[in-house]
Amino acid sequence: MCLAIPIRVEALLADDMARVTLGGVSKSVSIALIENVRLGDYVLIHVGFALTRLDPDEAERTLALMHEAAVPGLPARA
Amino acid sequence: MRHGRIDLSHGAGGRATAQLIDEIFRPAFDNPYLDQANDQAAFDVPAGRMVMSTDAYVISPLFFPGGDIGSLAVHGTINDIAMSGGRPLHLAASYIIEEGFPLIELQRIANSMGRASRAASVAVITGDTKVVERGKGDGVFISTTGIGIVPPGIALSGDRARPGDRIILSGCIGDHGVAIMSLRNNLGFDTELLSDSAALHGLVAEMVHAAGTSLRLMRDPTRGGLAATLNEIAQQSGLGMVLEERAIPVRGEVAAACELLGLDPLTVANEGKLVAVVAPEEADHLLRVMQAHPLGREAALIGTIIADDQFFVQITTSFGGSRIVDWLAGEQLPRIC
Amino acid sequence: MKHIDEYRDGNLARSIAAVIAQEAATDRQYRFMEFCGGHTHAISRYGIEDLLPNNVQMVHGPGCPVCVLPIGRIDDAIRLAMRPEVILCTYADLMRVPASAGRTLLKARAAGADIRMVYSTLDAISIAEAEPGREVVFFAIGFETTTPPTARAIRLARRKNLANFSIFCNHVLTPPAIRAILDTPDLEGAGRVRVDGFVGPAHVSTVIGTVPYTGLAETYRKPVVVAGFEPLDMMQAILMLVRQINQGRHEVENQYIRAVTAQGNLIAQREMAEIFALRSSFEWRGLGELPLSALRLRDDYADLDAERRFLIETVPAADNPACECGEILRGIKKPAQCKLFGTLCSPDTPMGSCMVSPEGACAAHWSYGRFRDSAKAGAERALV
Repeated sequence: MCLAIPIRVEALLADDMARVTLGGVSKSVSIALIENVRLGDYVLIHVGFALTRLDPDEAERTLALMHEAAVPGLPARA
Repeated sequence: MRHGRIDLSHGAGGRATAQLIDEIFRPAFDNPYLDQANDQAAFDVPAGRMVMSTDAYVISPLFFPGGDIGSLAVHGTINDIAMSGGRPLHLAASYIIEEGFPLIELQRIANSMGRASRAASVAVITGDTKVVERGKGDGVFISTTGIGIVPPGIALSGDRARPGDRIILSGCIGDHGVAIMSLRNNLGFDTELLSDSAALHGLVAEMVHAAGTSLRLMRDPTRGGLAATLNEIAQQSGLGMVLEERAIPVRGEVAAACELLGLDPLTVANEGKLVAVVAPEEADHLLRVMQAHPLGREAALIGTIIADDQFFVQITTSFGGSRIVDWLAGEQLPRIC
Repeated sequence: MKHIDEYRDGNLARSIAAVIAQEAATDRQYRFMEFCGGHTHAISRYGIEDLLPNNVQMVHGPGCPVCVLPIGRIDDAIRLAMRPEVILCTYADLMRVPASAGRTLLKARAAGADIRMVYSTLDAISIAEAEPGREVVFFAIGFETTTPPTARAIRLARRKNLANFSIFCNHVLTPPAIRAILDTPDLEGAGRVRVDGFVGPAHVSTVIGTVPYTGLAETYRKPVVVAGFEPLDMMQAILMLVRQINQGRHEVENQYIRAVTAQGNLIAQREMAEIFALRSSFEWRGLGELPLSALRLRDDYADLDAERRFLIETVPAADNPACECGEILRGIKKPAQCKLFGTLCSPDTPMGSCMVSPEGACAAHWSYGRFRDSAKAGAERALV
């Protein structure tokens, strides 16, 4: 359930709305449920609302963990 | 004319109808057959097997990025003829117009239809116009019939695929469907994507010339997308398929719009693409011939026909797993889940 | 597409799969339930099970709000939509779900009901503003991901003083459903569910955080790993679950760190708490009546509550008695084990909750995976 897509904030609009863009496709969505949104942030949108900001540092860390996990022989994380 | 609207007299067959034809349709289609002003068109037929196809166009909205109902009607029917391997010769067009429809929009549509048919060198040689009461039509419906000639020795058909044959797709999928959906207010997304609506008979002529009888069948994946077309072929030929997801070309914008709406690009409509099944030894050559043509630049080998008594269309995902490509009962709807 | 494509890398998937195969002890089975329908869909759509060793199996859970919506509630929505003054706004997912006597919202629209598919609750608000003479009802479904958007719509309706807007509320909650799976009473020989751990929902968790799962993990001694939506997220989460089992742990871990925090989205939680109250009980299709598992509008918002505005009295409707969704939703049976699967029941003619939505276990298996049933059957025939 809950199809939510990470998408970039291109512009902040009135009434707690923002313009977001993915691969050349743009939409207007509500940012009323999150705070401190800046241009260039990636947010997760679901049914026309941003539910959370994506943390780019944690995203990097996730990818690094995945690459590490893929190397057999490395100790498992406790 | 600028501010006029269609009324019931335009379909009654009298002076108003004649005026409509003289002022809008004949100039738009501009050919000697129509100039004769008969109810039919008589013409010589080259020797060979004839092919005929008919289609109705009820699209809404009437105008979309990359085309309109008029150009769509020309391309769609030319393509149906072309899928037989045949050369399209002539088109007939019948318009059903709703009372109150603006004349200026009718002129736009007719002119677009004329331009598309001239660009394809396939004339609209006869037609008909009717008007229905307000509320009984969606603006304009167009029905087109096309005829063509199949070169000798060519007999393409959906049941001719054989295990080992290769499957070639002429280009990127999903452009038309996404372009149309972007106009639906309640989906509210903006894109610069254009419909891929195009006449494929030029490309087909090159393909038939290059591959001859090694070409088993061709089909254009319109409504229901590639998924529907491949499943139809599998059913007709009594065989299965294995596709390679990484090989199927999809534009970034189409992929993005499908992500946003929860759609599968394989099920989204196309109006300027074809699928071809060809004997394996001719596949590489045919692919190169297609890529050399403007409408086949992104052509790709996407899979192989296999024996399968369940007629499944399997796909190896970009992720490495396997699944089947099912065809939908009705139109795929956007989802939140 | 950034933050999407990186998590679909097939080479990395195969590498992680090799590690899972290496670390999964060969002398035991690992059965993990992915609660969320979106994860069910991802597993099928990417063929993730092909990459897992045979002793690591995924069991499909009930986290699909379309699937668990009782037929009686769709009947209510159809009846509402048939009223000439009503414009019913709905997410497209619901249009084809069969209600009683084969009725659907799609068929009701064909019969003249004013039913409009919307992408967002904000569209329904716009429609209400544009059509002051009509009653606009929004058919609200979904877990905690979809509930805050409904809450916002109610706030907006209040702020704009809309007199013609209401919500037909069918929002349900995730932790009570997980508890119901784990708590299945041993009635009628249904048996306890055999699940070793859970893949926690991705986007529900962005809203509620990971804290709500700790009680469940401790009480039932099952690990929970909250996973992102992309296939590599799932692979990593499965590896984390295997490791927890091997190490005898039953903790809540967060794989989806780029989007989920322990506390979740406090603004969204506050909105939900202010607008909604808990129902004492609610019927879930396939799972029966579950206590404290669903939401209704608070009394302050009674005028925006379609159930009170239109005096809706839901008549429960039963599923086909041969339908095995109850056992499939609990992970006790697989779709191919249901007698109706592929015969009477298919996505075109869904008999029960698992087939009505593309995320349901049976629909996902039908659309993406049923060719494996034939392959298995063929292999079995070959052995004979």
